[in-house]
Amino acid sequence: MKEYIKLAWRNIWRNKRRTIITAASIFFAIFFALIMRALQLGSYGNMIDNAVTMYSGHLQVHAQGYWDNKSINRTLVRTDELIGSIQRDERVEQVVPRLESFALGSSGPQTKGVLVMGVVPKKQDAMSNLSDRLVAGSYFTGGEQAAIVGQTLADYLQLGVNDTLVLLGQGYHGATAAGKYRIKGIVDIPKPDLDNKMVYLPLATAQGMYMAPNRVTTLAINLNEHDDLQGVQHYLSRQLPRDKYEVKTWREIMPELVQQIQSDNASGWILLVILYVIIAFGVFGTVMMMINERKREFGVMIAVGMHKARLAMIVTVEMLFIGLLGLLAGIAGSMPVILYYHYHPIRLSGEVAESIKTFGIEPIMPMAWQADFYINQTLIVAAIVLVAVVYPVYSITRIRAVKAMRG
Amino acid sequence: MKILRLDNVHKIYDESEVQVHAVNGIDLDFDKGEFAAIVGPSGSGKTTLLNMIGGLDQPTRGEIIVDSTHIGQLKPSRLIDFRMYNIGFVFQAYNLIPVLTARENVEFIMHLQKWPKHKRQARSKELLEAVGLGDRMDSRPGKMSGGQQQRVAVARALASKPKFVLADEPTANLDSRSTENLLDIMEQLNRQEQVTFIFSTHDNRVVKKAHRIVTIEDGQVKTDEPQK
Repeated sequence: MKEYIKLAWRNIWRNKRRTIITAASIFFAIFFALIMRALQLGSYGNMIDNAVTMYSGHLQVHAQGYWDNKSINRTLVRTDELIGSIQRDERVEQVVPRLESFALGSSGPQTKGVLVMGVVPKKQDAMSNLSDRLVAGSYFTGGEQAAIVGQTLADYLQLGVNDTLVLLGQGYHGATAAGKYRIKGIVDIPKPDLDNKMVYLPLATAQGMYMAPNRVTTLAINLNEHDDLQGVQHYLSRQLPRDKYEVKTWREIMPELVQQIQSDNASGWILLVILYVIIAFGVFGTVMMMINERKREFGVMIAVGMHKARLAMIVTVEMLFIGLLGLLAGIAGSMPVILYYHYHPIRLSGEVAESIKTFGIEPIMPMAWQADFYINQTLIVAAIVLVAVVYPVYSITRIRAVKAMRG
Repeated sequence: MKILRLDNVHKIYDESEVQVHAVNGIDLDFDKGEFAAIVGPSGSGKTTLLNMIGGLDQPTRGEIIVDSTHIGQLKPSRLIDFRMYNIGFVFQAYNLIPVLTARENVEFIMHLQKWPKHKRQARSKELLEAVGLGDRMDSRPGKMSGGQQQRVAVARALASKPKFVLADEPTANLDSRSTENLLDIMEQLNRQEQVTFIFSTHDNRVVKKAHRIVTIEDGQVKTDEPQK
């Protein structure tokens, strides 16, 4: 085997220029495939991070049935035991309790339906960086009777800092929920659909308004590594009584985001397939040329006793070598670029940035850094090379020594 | 001792609508250690005959028997193995593997036969020294003259101690000096190794060295005579 590998290695350098051109075509295809894919996955990651941190968390625990029928009556009691059993999983970074419900928000002559979110100020800030997004006023300091509202909503209701917002809604078990709250701050929420309806209250304040002491609708969970989303979901589903609680991932909570990523991902794959086809034809052309040039030599090798299968194996190894050269060069070339832009994302500006912001996404383009990504590319290129050599290698098995030696 | 027998061997090619009888009922046998030349004009069927003896081509009719093996009855993969273990080839155009050194070319068939490394090295050294290339063992074919390449090809053909060596016009591309040199080496190895050499040639210098001359014309044996 060692001898065949040596023979294959030497054979690829018989025509240096051709080997380098073929490897270079693989290099460029891999380089662009990796960069393009890293950008794409990085952008998805950014979209997900934005959505997850601003609203959903990686996972949410609700009272059973809440997600399908969001009612203040389907709340759960926030107990230390419940929080503790969630936090026992080391993959859980933090648990952020919330009480969410709808109400009518009014200021002067203006009225609008709003989403009231009762939050634990410190925890919510750790998750969403709300204090950094303030455009006016200040952040909560404790359980004050005050509200922070989205900028678009504030504009609509003509609210400024220290103005009063009146909320009116339905509380727990049919109670009337009403309150007057001073505007403590106005935040710029990078999700337009939230920015025009969001009212943050301290959790205790919201519980008081909705007559739901110690009750929450949601326990939003952030994970240390979001890769094991399903694993944590399964773990929590087993840990928590099924008849009382449901555990939802951000994918279930925001299916429209998942669909948007899936459709964009499909177009990315089409481009990747085009690059793979280029690789396949490059390899196919090279191996066909190689076989035609060396038919006489193959004839001699068969004549003196080499089995055609071994010959085919040597040619396959030669092509795998060329594929590997291109692949390794592509990985080596793209790695520093990807690493750099992973840690220093491209920051978009101007109209493009503004239009991206309207989707609630931070206008940056980070590159994803994932090991499995390189492993996949290696396997795909190896598979492409193997597929591209099928016909040429088959043609080796059809060689007749006498005819081949005649040339 | 007979090592090769041809029994009423025919080879007919279907060229469009015309049948060409390249070999037309040849009966021949060869003893161990013979140094024989098959001669004849171009198109007489020499190369076709040699290809059939070497198992590279199948007779349309008739039998070729090496020792007691009817090579026409062997399956293709067995035939490849049979060639590897029993027959050495020397081709007109040398046909060495260009990326291998002289030594590696000689060791190539021994590799296929899975000889241990030390035996391979000893045998290739012995043969390359015998053909006068002890100092060119690590040279690749591209760095050698035609005569030197053909001597490597002879060493390669003998490497695995075959029953016989088939040489198709081995001197056709060589100058007089290289031809003399090559023939002397082959004659010497024929004696030393007791390997049968069968040439196809129309080169008089080869004919003069041969111990037996088989003349073929129109695919048939015209004369078959020993030569002193």
